[in-house]
Amino acid sequence: MYSEKVMDHFQNPRNVGEIKDADGIGEVGNVRCGDIMKLYIKVGKDETIEDIKFQTFGCGAAIATSSIITELVKGKTLSEAVTISNKDVAEALDGLPPVKMHCSNLAADALRAAVEDYNKKKA
Amino acid sequence: MRKVYLDHAATTPLREEVLEVMLPYFSQHFGNPSSIHWYGREIRKVVEAAREQAKALLGGSSGSIYFTSGGTESDNIAILGAAEALAKKGNHIITSAVEHHAVLDACKSLEKKGYELTVLPVNQHGLVSPDSLAAAITDKTVLVTIMHANNEVGTIQPIKELAAVARQHGVLFHSDGVQAVGQIPVNLDELGVDMYTISGHKIYGPKGVGALYIRKGVKVRPLYHGGAQEEKVRPGTENVAGIVGLARALELAVEEQRSLADTLLPLREKMIKGLTALPDVTLNGHTSLRLPNNVNISVDRVEGESLILSLDMAGIAVSSGSACTSGELEPSHVLMAMGLDHQTAHGSLRMTMGRSTSEQDIDYVLDVVPGIIERLRAMSPLKGEGGKQNVQ
Repeated sequence: MYSEKVMDHFQNPRNVGEIKDADGIGEVGNVRCGDIMKLYIKVGKDETIEDIKFQTFGCGAAIATSSIITELVKGKTLSEAVTISNKDVAEALDGLPPVKMHCSNLAADALRAAVEDYNKKKA
Repeated sequence: MRKVYLDHAATTPLREEVLEVMLPYFSQHFGNPSSIHWYGREIRKVVEAAREQAKALLGGSSGSIYFTSGGTESDNIAILGAAEALAKKGNHIITSAVEHHAVLDACKSLEKKGYELTVLPVNQHGLVSPDSLAAAITDKTVLVTIMHANNEVGTIQPIKELAAVARQHGVLFHSDGVQAVGQIPVNLDELGVDMYTISGHKIYGPKGVGALYIRKGVKVRPLYHGGAQEEKVRPGTENVAGIVGLARALELAVEEQRSLADTLLPLREKMIKGLTALPDVTLNGHTSLRLPNNVNISVDRVEGESLILSLDMAGIAVSSGSACTSGELEPSHVLMAMGLDHQTAHGSLRMTMGRSTSEQDIDYVLDVVPGIIERLRAMSPLKGEGGKQNVQ
């Protein structure tokens, strides 16, 4: 039911963990539906994402989407990064099963939440 | 890689002995049992012999066996059929919160049609209390349906006591025995049930065949309309090979029930002991009123589907009550009815053993699981002690 790419990111997730002195943290989802994603970003000069890490409680799709978004946005500017949609994330994984598109495909939301958190802290 | 199948509550492999008796009924003995000529008469005898055999094996001397397409159809005929046949007497039906969807959704479909439905609660072990059943029965109650053993947590209900309560009040009692047959002794006369559901593929028989036992005198309205097969309870040309296979599978399951239970019980205990010794892993269900093949645990701070996928990569086939695996947004209704919180229900894992399960399989599982849990917990934003708060 999952693409090979999803399984690869589930099995070998990129950038797992926590950034202790993160510039922004985004957390989405809830235990009720069984998915919680937490993204940590470190913002460097010219507002680029210098480092990004994730922690996720959830199914295979939740873990894979978290993992791939860290690859998609690392090195990008914040304004570039926030244009990535949940749909883009799913496409980068060669698609997700229909039932997962809504419940576990939250990585882009988590990233936007992290950027918002960064902007709030900066203000 | 070692392959370990621990999902016998989902389905079981067809036994060689069963396949062997089925094969002649696909092409060699192909007759329609309803035909008057020799081809049909020969097959009629075979179908009726299977019926009598199944009835005797289940100890249901005061009723008949009706062959169906499986557990779901048997449950639907029992519930919809009996409720409709008794519509003049009353419109109240009673079930439990931990039923299989074949029962629960059939009951809910009646509720939509205007029936009153009472869903009895269960305690933390998944047990229905006979007192709560007695309290729920009204003069409008026409049917009670409560499963014999639960498919997710393996809890065995006090069917004899529950059926007695229904009988005292003159109310029909149906039980779904799909998971019980072959695992625990089943004697329908002793249980005192009016209707009982069994399925072929859960007892090393074929898929697509099941049966419903109906006590003499109990009327059910058929779901389908057509021929006079199965006394019109289930019209349609009989699945002869399936019926022959079901009877043979049932024979073997009943004959070997005790020896299988003797083999599986120590394995179950070993697995439960080994898994619940891990940090923040708890057993779901009852410790003793439990099917010999069932282990169901919750792994705190880990989601069930990611556990299944990880175990699958290690060659171990299991299932979970997490929402992801049910195709719904909510986790298992069984675990929720037992009072588990969402996170614990999402982190559940069901392992159901069978005839092929060996001690080496259990050792392998106990060897592999700790590393998988550790890896997934390291990825989880939820932390031990206090990590359970509902993060919004």
